[in-house]
Amino acid sequence: MKMLINVPETVVADGLRGLAAAHPDLNVDVDNRIVVRRDAPVAGKVGLVSGGGSGHEPLHGGFVGPGMLDAACPGEVFTSPVPDQMARAAAAVDSGAGVLFIIKNYTGDVLNFEMAAELAGDEGVQVTTVLVNDDVAVTDSLYTAGRRGTGGTLFVEKLAGAAAEEGAPLDRVAAIARQVNENSRSFGVALSACTTPAKGTPTFDLPPGELELGIGIHGEPGRERRAMMTSREIADAAVDAVVEDLRPDGPVLALVNGMGGTPLLELYGFNAEVHRALGERRVPVVRTLVGNYVTSLDMAGCSLTLCRVDDELLRLWDAPVRTPGLRWGC
Amino acid sequence: MNASAPASGATDPVVDAAYARRWLALATAAVEREADRLTELDSAIGDADHGTNLRRGFTAASAAVEKDPPGTPGGVLALVGRQLIGSVGGASGPLYGTLLRGAGKHLGDAETASPEELCGALRAGLEGVARLGGAAAGDKTMLDALFPAVDAMAFSLDSGAGLVAALGAARIAADEGAAATVPMLARKGRASYLGERSVGHQDPGATSSALLVTALAEAAEGGTA
Repeated sequence: MKMLINVPETVVADGLRGLAAAHPDLNVDVDNRIVVRRDAPVAGKVGLVSGGGSGHEPLHGGFVGPGMLDAACPGEVFTSPVPDQMARAAAAVDSGAGVLFIIKNYTGDVLNFEMAAELAGDEGVQVTTVLVNDDVAVTDSLYTAGRRGTGGTLFVEKLAGAAAEEGAPLDRVAAIARQVNENSRSFGVALSACTTPAKGTPTFDLPPGELELGIGIHGEPGRERRAMMTSREIADAAVDAVVEDLRPDGPVLALVNGMGGTPLLELYGFNAEVHRALGERRVPVVRTLVGNYVTSLDMAGCSLTLCRVDDELLRLWDAPVRTPGLRWGC
Repeated sequence: MNASAPASGATDPVVDAAYARRWLALATAAVEREADRLTELDSAIGDADHGTNLRRGFTAASAAVEKDPPGTPGGVLALVGRQLIGSVGGASGPLYGTLLRGAGKHLGDAETASPEELCGALRAGLEGVARLGGAAAGDKTMLDALFPAVDAMAFSLDSGAGLVAALGAARIAADEGAAATVPMLARKGRASYLGERSVGHQDPGATSSALLVTALAEAAEGGTA
């Protein structure tokens, strides 16, 4: 597999150096692997820290800036960061108002963030953690590591970030983050596997005429393999899976997310089918985001995330945000 | 048994800092040698990085021990554990780090440990792993290699065996435990998302655990990397 890299070992560091070059309003510590908004710590403001394996860009480093995250900690590709990174990030963004860790629910992320929370606590930083677990493809949570954190992470980071920017205290920001997570559901589909730089070959074998339903964002195979479907059929399957679990009774935000290897033209076509399917099920979509936001390297495919919102959450969604990956109202 | 079995009458070495460093050298070499296989196993039911991640961790641990060698076996194990936590990431960093740091702390400042003390330290570290990860035997995790290994070691020592023989038994039990994960349904970690599709693949974590136990046995037999 041809890749636009130097050597696999420096992919993450090279990407961070490029992020720094493109976005001078971010403080990028390449050695310690922390991306921090340049004006941190912001006086009186709760600090939001997230992180996870690399390979999901723009998540999380591309969501650092006013109105969203204060810091992000990228790990190796598809590997959670280590505790020192998050502890250091917490110290960098804590203004005294406390820090919220936003953790996608994967065993590695949870373990490393928990250790980091302990380290930060020892240093006198008040840390609260919130888990994102929005993936409905994981049906049997009792006998698995639980539902994965996927596209819903964007909604949690944006809405909690807006609340923190307005000066909400730590317990309120954490409550909003939990509310958003509880009201978000996602379902992902892969048309091709992805290729990690270290391995150099696709993470699983997916023949041309087949697709995987219910995938995660780490190149792991999904729960079910089927003969290739049309955009319309995939939208119906994804909407059914999400709506049956979320049971929305009011307005929703929709994220039609590309996994990294699917053209925007196809994503917009898929979005049309998603809106049709949601209209048929009488689910009102008040805002839609289409693009590559929570990716899985070069995987072709998409995910759908819906987030049930009230007036307050909708207002927080529309609030200004200025990050490399998401930017409006300012 | 094969050619690497202990010769009859092999003398049992002292569990000291030198032994712990021999283990680290053998473990690092084994992880280096088997990294591609571990990653291959991980790509079947995980995310294709187990070998890469452990190689990074053991390389960092070896460098740290070489730079400032601790004088006790507990000190070596605890330092390796801290390095793994600080460099591996994923679930395996905290889990292997907790195992080795817990075992190292259990050994304390003693310059040497008896085989029974080593066995007790490994069990203490293992209990820390089980607490942290929340997994039980049969969940298709590293515990499925490590619990049988420590049980076999304890049983051998109780039956009057020395260090070499007890670790030889542990090694066989770890290998068998790793092989026994093939038909298991994963209930923890990333493989659990596959449900029934995790069946039929050997767990990468149990496989790397067996490598580390093998290195303990080889270090006792006097092997070097």
